[in-house]
Amino acid sequence: MKQLIKANLIPVGIIILFGILTPVFESALDAYVQTIFIYCLINVVLSVSLNLVNGFTGQFSIGHAGFMAVGAYASAYVTMTYPSYLGGVMGAGGAEGILLQIQFFINVLLGGFVAAFAGWAVGLPSLKLKGDYLAIVTLGFGEIIRVILLNTEAVGGARGMYGIPKIANFFWVSSWAFICILVVWRLVRSTHGRGFLSVREDEIAAESVGINTTQFKTKAFVISSFFAGIAGGLFAHYLAYLNPSSFTFMKSFDVVVMVVLGGMGSITGSVISAVIITVLPEALRPLQELTQIDFRMVIYSLALVVLMLTRPQGLMGTKEISDYLKFFKKRGSSNV
Amino acid sequence: MSEKCLLDVQDITMKFGGLCAVNKFKLQLKKGELVGLIGPNGAGKTTVFNMLTGVYRPTSGDILFQNESLLGLKPFDINSLGLARTFQNIRLFKSLSVLDNVLVASHRKTAYGLMDSILVTDTRCELEDKARADAIELLKIFNMENLIDEQAGSLSYGKQRCLEIVRALATKPQILFLDEPAAGMNSTEKVTLMKIIDSIRDKFDLTILLIEHDMKLVMGICERIVVLDHGVIISQGAPQDIQNDPKVIEAYLGASVLEAHS
Repeated sequence: MKQLIKANLIPVGIIILFGILTPVFESALDAYVQTIFIYCLINVVLSVSLNLVNGFTGQFSIGHAGFMAVGAYASAYVTMTYPSYLGGVMGAGGAEGILLQIQFFINVLLGGFVAAFAGWAVGLPSLKLKGDYLAIVTLGFGEIIRVILLNTEAVGGARGMYGIPKIANFFWVSSWAFICILVVWRLVRSTHGRGFLSVREDEIAAESVGINTTQFKTKAFVISSFFAGIAGGLFAHYLAYLNPSSFTFMKSFDVVVMVVLGGMGSITGSVISAVIITVLPEALRPLQELTQIDFRMVIYSLALVVLMLTRPQGLMGTKEISDYLKFFKKRGSSNV
Repeated sequence: MSEKCLLDVQDITMKFGGLCAVNKFKLQLKKGELVGLIGPNGAGKTTVFNMLTGVYRPTSGDILFQNESLLGLKPFDINSLGLARTFQNIRLFKSLSVLDNVLVASHRKTAYGLMDSILVTDTRCELEDKARADAIELLKIFNMENLIDEQAGSLSYGKQRCLEIVRALATKPQILFLDEPAAGMNSTEKVTLMKIIDSIRDKFDLTILLIEHDMKLVMGICERIVVLDHGVIISQGAPQDIQNDPKVIEAYLGASVLEAHS
């Protein structure tokens, strides 16, 4: 128990801090900045979770938007169909707001689990494949999900799903981003993480020391899909509108770019590049207004090309912020 | 089949298309033995290893470990039964630290759940600390305890070979297959390695099967030697007998050498 409390006191404290900061965030920043901020955090969840598969386990998945869509639609569907199942059960008076928040938490979690299940179903047969083949399978899966959603009338089809309550706020999004980072961070420093890394480094050697590589790949894939689903749930409940065209191949590709740009196998890198890639097109918007030409995507793409040419290992390589802060660290890296 | 026989390889054959890489290979390993497997390049030694460790499935024949067949098992299953190996072309987890390389192999000792990892429970910390201490203990045998934070890929060639042996040992095997452990080492390193191989056999109660090109090393430590040429066993027995076996000399040096001698 001692270790458990010691290790989790600060994380719980940080989440409480997010709760306290929420009203400040909402009153101090204007809506435009707030929205970008929230999207940054959602993208952080996406890129950090994809890094678990692409960076740490060395499998190349490009279907992350598919899992995000599964999570988004699953949680939004439950929210829309059963608007206040907790309230109905308990018949609460003044606590209705809190109940809705709890219900939202459960729904997002549910979306995560449905996405994780999808990850398991897709991963188990396809993770026996290597390299390019897996990429194509995951790409296909993403498109299948999108087309299914496009043709399912129950979730609005091509019209999309609108009127979803906008419950996701700074607290939820930042807490989930924090949890995602924490989980992946701790996982890769555990025995499971060493398993993931060994699969990336050399599958034959990993099997020779008793690592069931398919099992480890599936594990990474399921956890990654879970967080993609969470990100989807948050996205749905922030935008209040879902459309299958939000989850195209381009979205998957955006996340892959974030992972590659940040460094395959660096959580810090994923966070930084998720922020950069979300903010950069917005930051370049004044330029577009000035010149009346849409230079944004040109500069954005050019920035990517230049970065990849000069730093092919990504911004951070496989290094973490803690590697730079080692000076301040007293304990070894094994128990964080 | 005697009880003492730990590994019983019964006539395994491996065919790659029309090529018969190994033909009816037979071997019985008794507990505690140190056996050498030698033969010219391309004789099929590594193919034998790959069959024994589950990388290839033999075309025919059977492999019994403690009277149970290993056929059709995956490499990781075979490892968990207690058979570990090293590779001829070093296969370390190059960008991981030396310590992590060993810890990957001791994953059965650190079998805590996902939740333990995420929440950092006491179970996790205890098991991690213990596995870490054990790993350092193993590395001490090869005098590598001061290298634990180095990247495995940055070690010298000899050290990398040693690390592979340590990694194999960390899986707590009963039988250790060493595929050319001394390749690329200088003569002093080879002598040290010979001593270490002999000592780990006693220390961990191991049975060792060893592929090696260096005759001095093989003759020095092996109790029994099996000679393979073109996939067929051409001779086996005590080192002295092998050394003088005309068939072995022929396989290594060619028939004309023998004629010239006689």
